[in-house]
Amino acid sequence: MLKKTLHRQKKKLANSKNQLKLLSSRVFENEKLPTFKTSLQKTQNFPLKPSKLEILQINLGYMCNQICAHCHVDAGPDRKEIMTKDTLKTCLNLCKKIDVKTLDLTGGAPELNPNFKWFVEEANKIGFKDLIVRSNLTIITSNKKFEYLPEFFKSNNVHIISSLPHWTKNKTDNQRGEGVFNNSIKALKKLNNIGYGKANTNLQLDLVYNPSGAFLPGEQISLEKKFKKELKENFEIVFNNLLTITNLPVSRFLDYLIASENYDDYMETLVNAYNPKTINKLMCKNTISVSWDGYLYDCDFNQMLNLKLNSPVTHIRDLENETQINRNIRVSQHCYGCTAGSGSSCQGSII
Amino acid sequence: MSKTYYNSEDLKKFGDITNWNKKLGEKFFDYYKEVFKEGSLTAREKSLIALAVSHVLKCPYCIDAYTKDGLEKGITKEEMMEAVHAGSAIESGATLVHGIQMMNKYNKLSM
Repeated sequence: MLKKTLHRQKKKLANSKNQLKLLSSRVFENEKLPTFKTSLQKTQNFPLKPSKLEILQINLGYMCNQICAHCHVDAGPDRKEIMTKDTLKTCLNLCKKIDVKTLDLTGGAPELNPNFKWFVEEANKIGFKDLIVRSNLTIITSNKKFEYLPEFFKSNNVHIISSLPHWTKNKTDNQRGEGVFNNSIKALKKLNNIGYGKANTNLQLDLVYNPSGAFLPGEQISLEKKFKKELKENFEIVFNNLLTITNLPVSRFLDYLIASENYDDYMETLVNAYNPKTINKLMCKNTISVSWDGYLYDCDFNQMLNLKLNSPVTHIRDLENETQINRNIRVSQHCYGCTAGSGSSCQGSII
Repeated sequence: MSKTYYNSEDLKKFGDITNWNKKLGEKFFDYYKEVFKEGSLTAREKSLIALAVSHVLKCPYCIDAYTKDGLEKGITKEEMMEAVHAGSAIESGATLVHGIQMMNKYNKLSM
C-alpha cells in the first residue's frame, strides 16, 4: 500500500515531462501502436475542438488526507499546492460573467482548502444547475472540525460525488488506504441519514468506481446494480448513480503500471478498445479545468501533465468570455483512457 | 524468446481464426457474444461459470481472459476461487464416479 506521494519520494514520474516522454515511448515507438493523434486522424476527428462550455472544474488544491494508489493527481498530506482566496474570487467573478451549468470542485480533498466553506456558499448564491463537490468521504470522519460537512453540503444544495472502488473492505483499502472502507461506510451512513442518495430527496449522492488494478471498468449499469444490492443488503446504504471511470496512465497509476509490468498490455488494451463514438461526448469538449494556481486546461488529466490550454488565454484572470478558449484540444496517449469501450469521463461512462 | 506450445500473445489473435474460414468463424464469434450477454443468468454469473470451465479444461488463454473479465465485473477473488473449486469438485467427482464402474466390473468378475 502506498504511504508516500511520488513527489515526496522524489520519483522520476513525479515530473510531468517524464510522464509525457514515457507516454510517447515503448509501445508507441516505431508505430507498433498508433498514437492517439493518429487514431483521431484515422476517424476524421483531428484536431479535437471544444463544443459549448458547460462545466467549470476547479481544482482547489492537491492536499489530501488520503494517498490512493491510483491517484492521477499524486495528492496527499504533503502536497502544499492550495488555491488562494484571490484566485477563488477570480473564479467566482468569471462564473458570474459566463454561462456554465455545472461547477465541479475537486482536489486533493477540496474541503482542505481553508476557504472551502466560504467559496461553496458564494458559489451556491450564483445558482448553478449543478454544484458538485468531489468528496473522498473519509474527510467527513477524519477530524471533528469536518463534522459540519454533511449538513453544510445539504444547505448549499451540493451534489456529492465520492469514490468507492468496491463494496468489499479489502479491495477498497488496497486502493485507497487502510481503514478507508470503514470510514467511507460511516460517512455514507451520515449522508443517507440527512437524506442524501434517497429517492424522495433532491440531494444527489453518486459513487465513483475506479478499477483497482490494470483492467478496464465493466459495464456501468451492471456494476451499479451490484453496488446498490451489496451496499443495501450489507450496510443499509443507498446512493443515486454509480459512475465508472477508467484509470488513465497518469502519475501514480502510470507508476503502478510500470512497476507491475502492466504498462504495455494496458496501453494495448486501451488502444484496441478505441471507440470513435465516444469522441463527441468527451469531457474535454465541454469542460475547462482550472488548477490551484489559476491556469486553464482541457481536463484534470492534462492539468496533471501540465498541458496548458492551447489558446491565447491560459490563465483564469485573463478569461472574459467563452470565445477566447476556442482551441485545439491537446492530446497524448493518456487520452485513450477516455475513448476506450463505452468511454470515460468525470461523469462516468459516456455512451 | 523461449519456445513453448502456449504463447499468451496468441490470445490476442483469437479473432484471426475467421481468416481461414470466414463463415464458421463469424458464426462462432456471434454465438459466443450472444451466449455471454445478460439473460436469465447475469453476465457476472456467466463469467464465473466460464472461469470454472476454463480451469476444468485447463485452458491458459481462457483462465487469463476470464480472470480479467471477472475483475472488470467486480467479481472478488473469493468468488473466483469458489468457482474454481466448483469446477474442480465436478472434475474430481467425474473421476471418482467411475469407481462405480470399477466396482461393478470387480464384483461381476469375482466369486
